[in-house]
Amino acid sequence: MGDNLISVNNVSVNFDYQENFISKKQKIHAVNNINIKIKKGSFFGLVGESGSGKTTLGRAILGANKISSGNVIFHDDERDYDLTDMNKQDLKEYRKKAQLIFQDPYAALSPRMTVRDIIAEPLEVMKITNSRQETDERVRDIASKCRLNIEHLRRFPHAFSGGQRQRISIARALVSNPKFIVADESVAALDVSIQADILNLLKQLQTELNLTYLFISHDLSVVAHVCDVVAVMYLGHIVEMGPSRELFKNPKHSYTKALLSSIPSIDPEKRSEAIELKGEIPSALNPPPGCVFRTRCPNPGVDCKGGEINMGLIEVEPGHWVDQCCAL
Amino acid sequence: MSHLLEVKNLDVKFDTDEGRITAVENISLSVDQGEVLGIVGESGSGKSVTAKSIMKLNPGNTSYNEDAEIILDNENVLQFTSKQDLKKIRGGKVSMIFQEPMASFAPAIKIGAQMVEQLLIHKNINKEEAKSISINMLKRVGIADAEKRFNQYAFELSGGMRQRAMIAMALSTMPKLLLADEPTTALDVTIQAQVINLIKDIIKEYQMGVIFITHDLGVIAQVADHVAVMYLGSVVEKGPVNEILKNPKHPYTKGLLQALPDINNLDAPLSPIPGNIPSPLDRPTGCVFRTRCPHHNPEGKDGKIEMKLIEVEPGHWVDQCGIKCGQNG
Ligand SMILES: Nc1ncnc2c1ncn2[C@@H]1O[C@H](COP(=O)(O)OP(=O)(O)OP(=O)(O)O)[C@@H](O)[C@H]1O
Ligand SMILES: Nc1ncnc2c1ncn2[C@@H]1O[C@H](COP(=O)(O)OP(=O)(O)O)[C@@H](O)[C@H]1O
Ligand code: SF4
Ligand code: SF4
Ligand SMILES: [Mg+2]
Ligand SMILES: [Mg+2]
Repeated sequence: MGDNLISVNNVSVNFDYQENFISKKQKIHAVNNINIKIKKGSFFGLVGESGSGKTTLGRAILGANKISSGNVIFHDDERDYDLTDMNKQDLKEYRKKAQLIFQDPYAALSPRMTVRDIIAEPLEVMKITNSRQETDERVRDIASKCRLNIEHLRRFPHAFSGGQRQRISIARALVSNPKFIVADESVAALDVSIQADILNLLKQLQTELNLTYLFISHDLSVVAHVCDVVAVMYLGHIVEMGPSRELFKNPKHSYTKALLSSIPSIDPEKRSEAIELKGEIPSALNPPPGCVFRTRCPNPGVDCKGGEINMGLIEVEPGHWVDQCCAL
Repeated sequence: MSHLLEVKNLDVKFDTDEGRITAVENISLSVDQGEVLGIVGESGSGKSVTAKSIMKLNPGNTSYNEDAEIILDNENVLQFTSKQDLKKIRGGKVSMIFQEPMASFAPAIKIGAQMVEQLLIHKNINKEEAKSISINMLKRVGIADAEKRFNQYAFELSGGMRQRAMIAMALSTMPKLLLADEPTTALDVTIQAQVINLIKDIIKEYQMGVIFITHDLGVIAQVADHVAVMYLGSVVEKGPVNEILKNPKHPYTKGLLQALPDINNLDAPLSPIPGNIPSPLDRPTGCVFRTRCPHHNPEGKDGKIEMKLIEVEPGHWVDQCGIKCGQNG
């Protein structure tokens, strides 16, 4: 598969849902028929409102969520891994190669462990190193790459600021030498200055360690700054996807346009140009048929109002994909 | 004309096991009727403590300085001690909304019952009137099926709707001053845009004064008339929103702007402010920003220059050190 690291093929993830034990079983359609290819060395952005399915898709790609249909292929140098068809040994290998950075560094770090132990844990759990000395070397190496001081390693996480804690969780994710990283809202809880610092660090580590990222965020300005490819999700579907600059300069889908216009401009003279979307994202229990966005679309076409047109991405420019209804 | 709210020389200190913390030092602010004052600053800069002082909501370990004044409607709130007086500023003349709406609602009491109860405490009206005011207010903030929602619990509402219900409750008593502490921070941008528009409409309609706290300069640009930039308990710069965002003077304000990813300027690098915020336990003397300031003003760095705001343009105030530093490069 040449330059792709990940291929997501027709992936859907459903969860069973039962309000109480007498009501009938329903399905939550968290992720629907997603197709994406993540290039090696790419900073792939996934944006959308909360509940759109970003975390579920990210976890599915990490093998942490069951995949209801479709498959995910990880193209390693020597061989492909099919996530829907892996034995225990494969899974163990894959865990070393694909890692998650958490959103909330506070919740993610155990207060009773020293920073050294927190970073070392994946090495020990996955039995990657053979001696304490080797573990210590790896920990020190990755800690300094993440700009943590060696003295920090003996301390406990509560003694650190938000930015330092986020660096600790990045070091922990990177210590097993992975190739692929899912960063789920990894800068959402941080102040702008610390956010800038962490984003720069992620960029720098990407080049230094040949990493490929799936960067999940609801903050479009952040995504526009760091990602080279972006997919916009709404209610379990990708409605638009393309090279970052192209997508932000030339959005096609009504949802992407509304989302972009809602970013509060830093210019006080540019007020209320937001395309105000009415209401909220519908429940994934009963997604509307046809275009999932039509209940909030500011300008639905005659054809899509009734929900008869199925969703499906069309390539409008090289690499720029838009849901067919809007593109036509 | 006197201001709706005037905060003068306020210090707020907390006594803790580790010692006395200065959370807010010598800040002065004012808000007029129909005006939005934005307060912006990083986590721990003292935004919430400042807002809570206006309602005297800080906890028991708090002390205020003797010469501070918080004048609301010509009365010094800091002198208030009686229940009767405190009632005036807690849900009477002042209401507060938060990032997490569940903080405003008791989980086991229906939304409507809480709104009615609050109105009965603050207004001389009967239950029927209180109910109709509440339902009208729920409608006003854009809640469909207001009658039905009136009889529901907060947890039964979606995030955006809960935020609206909280705003409705805060506004139903017709406060003169609304304190909004990060009311849109936890929301998606689309819902944030709805809530910002709602708050702006309502301010216009009722001519109330608002303090809008956020760490998001984009939100500040959208809602505020005036802005105060806080760092480690001090206001380092304040003025009209256009001035502060387009002609910032203080190195900290400039630093915040340079760290912000701007969607209209994707080629600009993201530049973090170097270093970390010091603990409030070892707050620097002199200029509070000197441990992180990129400029090299020896006097500022030594902590010898006391902090003092100077008016550099009409209404635009900057800490004097910031100016000296700026000039010295
Ligand atoms: N009750 C208290 N006792 C001791 N310290 C306190 C107390 N309340 C606040 N502080 C401290 O006062 C300082 C200012 O806190 P404040 O909550 O006002 O910050 P903020 O600007 O609102 O930050 P954020 O953006 O995180 O909400 C912080 O150092 C905080 O830890
Ligand atoms: N373990 C689960 N069980 C049931 N529903 C879930 C589970 N995880 C996620 N969901 C649902 O799937 C949808 C997508 O959620 P999520 O992937 O967390 O969205 P996002 O990360 O974009 O906010 C939501 O409707 C959410 O409630
Ligand atoms: S398909 Fe129709 S309803 Fe859906 S986004 Fe496009 S125009 Fe709107
Ligand atoms: S130049 Fe000196 S006084 Fe001015 S902000 Fe920097 S450290 Fe403070
Ligand atoms: Mg998520
Ligand atoms: Mg606060």
